[in-house]
Amino acid sequence: MATKPKAVAKRKASATSSAKSSVKSRAKAAPKRVAKAKVSRANDDIGEDTRLALWRSLLEIRHVEQRAYDLFLQNLVKGTSHLALGQEAVAAGFATAMQKDDWSFCTYRGHHHTLARGASMEGVLGELMGRECGLLKGKGGSMHLTSVEHGAMGSYAIIGAHLPIAMGAAWTAQYKKTGQVSVCFFGDGTTNIGAFHEALNMSAVWKLPVVFVCENNLYMEYTPIKDVTAVHNPAGDRAASYGLPKIVIDGNDADEVYRTAQTAFAKARAGEGPSLIECLTYRHSGHSRADPGDYRPPGELEAWLKKDPVPRYRERLAEFGIAQDVIDGMDAEVLAQVDEATEISKASPPPGLDLIDVDVWADGGTAWRN
Amino acid sequence: MAELTYREAVAEAIAQEMRRDEDVVFLGEDIGAAGGVFKATVGLFKEFGPERVRDTPISEQAILGAAMGSAMTGLKPIAEIMFSDFLAVCWDIVANEIAKARYMTGGQMSMPLVIRTANGGGSRFGAQHSQSVENWAMMIPGLKVVAPSSPADVKGLLAAAIRDPDPVMFFEQKSLYPIKGFVPDGELVDELGTAKVLRDGGDVTIVALAAMVPRAMKAAEELSAQHGIEATVVDVRSLVPLDTQTILREISKTGRLVTVEENPRLCGWGAEIASIVADEIFWDLDGPIIRITTPHIPLPAADALEDATMPSAERIVREIVENID
Repeated sequence: MATKPKAVAKRKASATSSAKSSVKSRAKAAPKRVAKAKVSRANDDIGEDTRLALWRSLLEIRHVEQRAYDLFLQNLVKGTSHLALGQEAVAAGFATAMQKDDWSFCTYRGHHHTLARGASMEGVLGELMGRECGLLKGKGGSMHLTSVEHGAMGSYAIIGAHLPIAMGAAWTAQYKKTGQVSVCFFGDGTTNIGAFHEALNMSAVWKLPVVFVCENNLYMEYTPIKDVTAVHNPAGDRAASYGLPKIVIDGNDADEVYRTAQTAFAKARAGEGPSLIECLTYRHSGHSRADPGDYRPPGELEAWLKKDPVPRYRERLAEFGIAQDVIDGMDAEVLAQVDEATEISKASPPPGLDLIDVDVWADGGTAWRN
Repeated sequence: MAELTYREAVAEAIAQEMRRDEDVVFLGEDIGAAGGVFKATVGLFKEFGPERVRDTPISEQAILGAAMGSAMTGLKPIAEIMFSDFLAVCWDIVANEIAKARYMTGGQMSMPLVIRTANGGGSRFGAQHSQSVENWAMMIPGLKVVAPSSPADVKGLLAAAIRDPDPVMFFEQKSLYPIKGFVPDGELVDELGTAKVLRDGGDVTIVALAAMVPRAMKAAEELSAQHGIEATVVDVRSLVPLDTQTILREISKTGRLVTVEENPRLCGWGAEIASIVADEIFWDLDGPIIRITTPHIPLPAADALEDATMPSAERIVREIVENID
């Protein structure tokens, strides 16, 4: 037991040193900005490097999701898709706080979480478009984005299923004493299915390093969550049932999400068990591409757009003295990347038909008889 | 060569694999200090401790989710679902998640896990603790499905299942737990996807699985002694992969096929074999295929009713005598 806190301390130390080294490398390119950043770091626990990482992540998600919508209107994105426009800060905040080898699990609304872990834009857009360059070679589609090499351990399209699965990954980390954390994202609707409660209970009993993150966007698909849930905070008010503290945060504030994630990860890595965090947020579009969201009361969307995590963070960066050209420059840079990824995806052929008969089994094949 | 019960062979196989591979872990309800409700896991908790042999709450989705999540991140879990009927409460994890993960992710994920479960009737437990549900698993692409009939097969096939890189559904027939059989000494690892010819005869080929295998063997002896009919008996052992080479070869030799299935009538594994036979060796047949199954009903509890519904050696003899000259 005595070694665990040391491992945590070591991780923190290495994160700090890598942040320092990246500042150095940027200092050569843009000496003006560094002078301003030094001022902001002195006054704040997050610091410019992390803030810019959060900003980049927010922008990547926002622009890719908007592009996914555009491509859908052009009939280039097939099937269904569930956009996370408006929910970017949850993904950006948690992913930025994760170590590279941590594991994340999400739902069919999972483009943002997959991108935030570092999966390529063309991998995501290509998969939505059913192209060979897709993350899953076109075999999974929008609802199953996965990038194991980035620790993005899958998007799960059956509500609740991935909570016990994320718990299982945390069991590996605990059993092998690796210090890794398993992070599980799900919607408010998930809190009313049995697997949620099974996973919370067993994770708490086994003291597993897993962090359960509820993105409460106020609607379970088309129905207001408050109309179908016995408690006010669908996740937060259930935490006490599993001996966990109630944590409800502003999910549209990337800084608050990031700080909350850090605290939960430190607890998990110290062997003190799971956390359940409810992030209050809002999806700007309907449940899926088929849903215009007409059931929402007038003014609700407009009120939430005022709390849009992306413009909000743009203001935050300016408040902390980050130069406008840096803020805007990153925006333009990310948009150019999305344009490039779009072209790569459009140019990518459909998957070869030979892919139909591979990868049911570990031997690469699909044979069920000899 | 030691004589073991079917239930002892379960614990022996798990112990053999846990001794050789630290990544093998085991979880389920009452499996630890209690040694399992069928006493099939006695001794494991004592030898391997609570970190590797973990008791769980009554949470089947959590059990199989934990198995899946740990398998995809480097462990080789064995999960016990106490009665196969309970698979219905966690079937999402089996059918939608475990079975599909590798294919859906374009081959990114591996799922080296085993789900062990006590399957089948004969114990007077009624319709929610006696079902024979191996066909539920057989129809899902991505699952291997094994159902042994003897202690030696339990040990060898369970060890093979644990070593297999794919998810394996391992159906132990609960009425067989007390039966005894000789099991070779030392490390034993069998091969999945292999059927076994247990008896050679020239008149009819009986293809059977799990608890139906000893009944088919008894029927074959009776047919030989009383009716002069010599039967070949094939133990299917593995439904996926299916050893069609062995099964079709043995059917072609006699020209007659009788399947003996514990499951209710519709969509039993025997129907799939009958379909393959009709497609591929129809002209080798000398008469209609006979499927002997439990009627298409929920299994009744009373011993008189249960015995009258599950295929018995007597019924196998009667059907064969009536239908095969």
